[in-house]
Amino acid sequence: MTATSVPVVTTPAVGKVDTAAGRAKKKLTSPWASFAAVVLAVLWTLPTFGLLISSFRPELKIKTTGWWTFFSDPQFTLDNYRAVLQTSGSDGLGSYFINSFIIVIPAVIIPICLASLAAYAFAWIDFKGKNFLFVLVFALQIVPIQVTLIPLLSLYVKAGLSNTFWTLWLSHSTFALPLAIFLLHNFMKEIPRELLEAARVDGAGHVQIFFKVLMPLLTPALAAFGIFQFLWVWNDLLVALTFSGPDQQPMTVGLANLSGTRDTAWHLLSAGAFVSMIVPVAVFLSLQRYFVRGLLAGGLKG
Amino acid sequence: MSNSEKFLTMLSAILLFVAVVGFILFLATRFSGRRADRVVAWLFLAPTVVLLAIGLIYPGIKTIWQSFFNASGGSFIGVDNYKTIFTTSDQVTVLRNTLLWVLFTPFVATAVGLIYAILIDKARVEAFAKALIFLPMAISFVGASIIWKFVYAFRPDQGGVKQIGLVNQVLVWLGGSPQQWLVNSPWNTLFLIVVMIWIQAGFAMTVLSAAIKAIPEDIIEAARLDGVSPLGMFRFVTVPSIRPALIVVLTTIGIGTLKVFDVVRTMTGGQFDTSVVANEFYSQSFRANNQGLGAALAVLLFVLVTPIVAYNVKQLRASEAR
Repeated sequence: MTATSVPVVTTPAVGKVDTAAGRAKKKLTSPWASFAAVVLAVLWTLPTFGLLISSFRPELKIKTTGWWTFFSDPQFTLDNYRAVLQTSGSDGLGSYFINSFIIVIPAVIIPICLASLAAYAFAWIDFKGKNFLFVLVFALQIVPIQVTLIPLLSLYVKAGLSNTFWTLWLSHSTFALPLAIFLLHNFMKEIPRELLEAARVDGAGHVQIFFKVLMPLLTPALAAFGIFQFLWVWNDLLVALTFSGPDQQPMTVGLANLSGTRDTAWHLLSAGAFVSMIVPVAVFLSLQRYFVRGLLAGGLKG
Repeated sequence: MSNSEKFLTMLSAILLFVAVVGFILFLATRFSGRRADRVVAWLFLAPTVVLLAIGLIYPGIKTIWQSFFNASGGSFIGVDNYKTIFTTSDQVTVLRNTLLWVLFTPFVATAVGLIYAILIDKARVEAFAKALIFLPMAISFVGASIIWKFVYAFRPDQGGVKQIGLVNQVLVWLGGSPQQWLVNSPWNTLFLIVVMIWIQAGFAMTVLSAAIKAIPEDIIEAARLDGVSPLGMFRFVTVPSIRPALIVVLTTIGIGTLKVFDVVRTMTGGQFDTSVVANEFYSQSFRANNQGLGAALAVLLFVLVTPIVAYNVKQLRASEAR
């Protein structure tokens, strides 16, 4: 749950270290072990691969023949992608795609900033009621978001915010705060006290300490949380379905609707699914190590 | 709303927000010295406290209250909503399905993740092999559901009609006749669970692989000198050493599984007896407009999740203390 409590994240040992698992593997006689690994890898990859191939096949072909016939009868088209990337028309998912970006950017920035402030207060300032408040924030992580949705929706309606992006920005930020604060707090606690005391002796106030001393050290923790939150918001369906009006719906809602109303439109579903996946996969591949940390830290969220 | 307007709204929201934070920081610089600590602390905490109070605590309490009211929220009906959950046959099916999800997903996903982590440990292409299994974790549940809906796709069993779903085609190649995997209850729930296992195995694999690599070498060496067989090594060295990680993985996946909504909603919409608590919450609250029952289902979810989270946190604390 915390970036620091990750007994599990260590740099892989390199070289010819003999591990228990390695020896267990050897017993399973190497060829069989390799075979089993390949079978699992293929089973895990094939579903995605099939849909990927399909997204490049003409509509009629997708609907009448299996994707594996692509190899005996290769027919390639980009029409499906052209169709889903339109921002108008019944086939286009383009505006949903844009909405996803509009939703995710503030929904990452806002909780990061607010949580940094709060985590700083919890980690480095002494004040009355601190422990109680911190335990409360920590405990709020267990609240499933389902519990909050209906009252929150009527609050938004009363405040005149319904059918605006604010509902999504505020909801995602709020739901992210307990985890973000907890994570950043644990990270801040590990920074040696002397460093901050020295800055104080030099006459720095909390704001200077925050920006000059802590921020540079916090980058990995901020990145870990930022990526986790990015993927969480980008991939979210429940919050988006509940709060977004027709003008705010993100890609996940567009795809889920399409899948519900036109579930044989595989040419659109396949291309749409890959358009929606390309962003998180790119983020994941480029920032993998931070992502894994964030994931370990945030497995309880939701 | 045009796209440029949307981006403008977003930018102004970010600017507004930056202004608020800037104002807080500005106020904080007005106070200095140790006596100002309290003021600064509360300034830093103010936005968080406001958001959490309005966005989590108040709605949570309100929902618990609401779960004792009828569909329109107008009249108090005591625990009738909870009775409905445990007695009507539709709702009992929902509970049965949720139980199946929570029984199968964590254990199968963890087992697959552990086996795979061991199989590819020290392999030449380890990083690549890991990425293959891990990628489903990065995509949305909706995307994963569409991928699998296509795997299960069914075309009528008639001459001239070819299967487009992989599972049915394999069945036809083996001489069977195609099945509607997502329609026939209760097996359809198991086919939905497969999707969740597919997503979560990567998580289990990543965490367990790191735990395996962290086993101290002297333990392994000692066991080897004692002549422990490789399978015994797995049983008596590997598994006990990574036990905390195993528990964290199991409970984390368990919590995620209890809240599963996207997969069910995208693949079947909860039809054909596949609904689970989180999906039923959504259907009752927003489709059937039964606010009371929806609230009761949300509270049930809360109650089910709490002990697992508590156990998870305890285990994390224990592994942290080591």
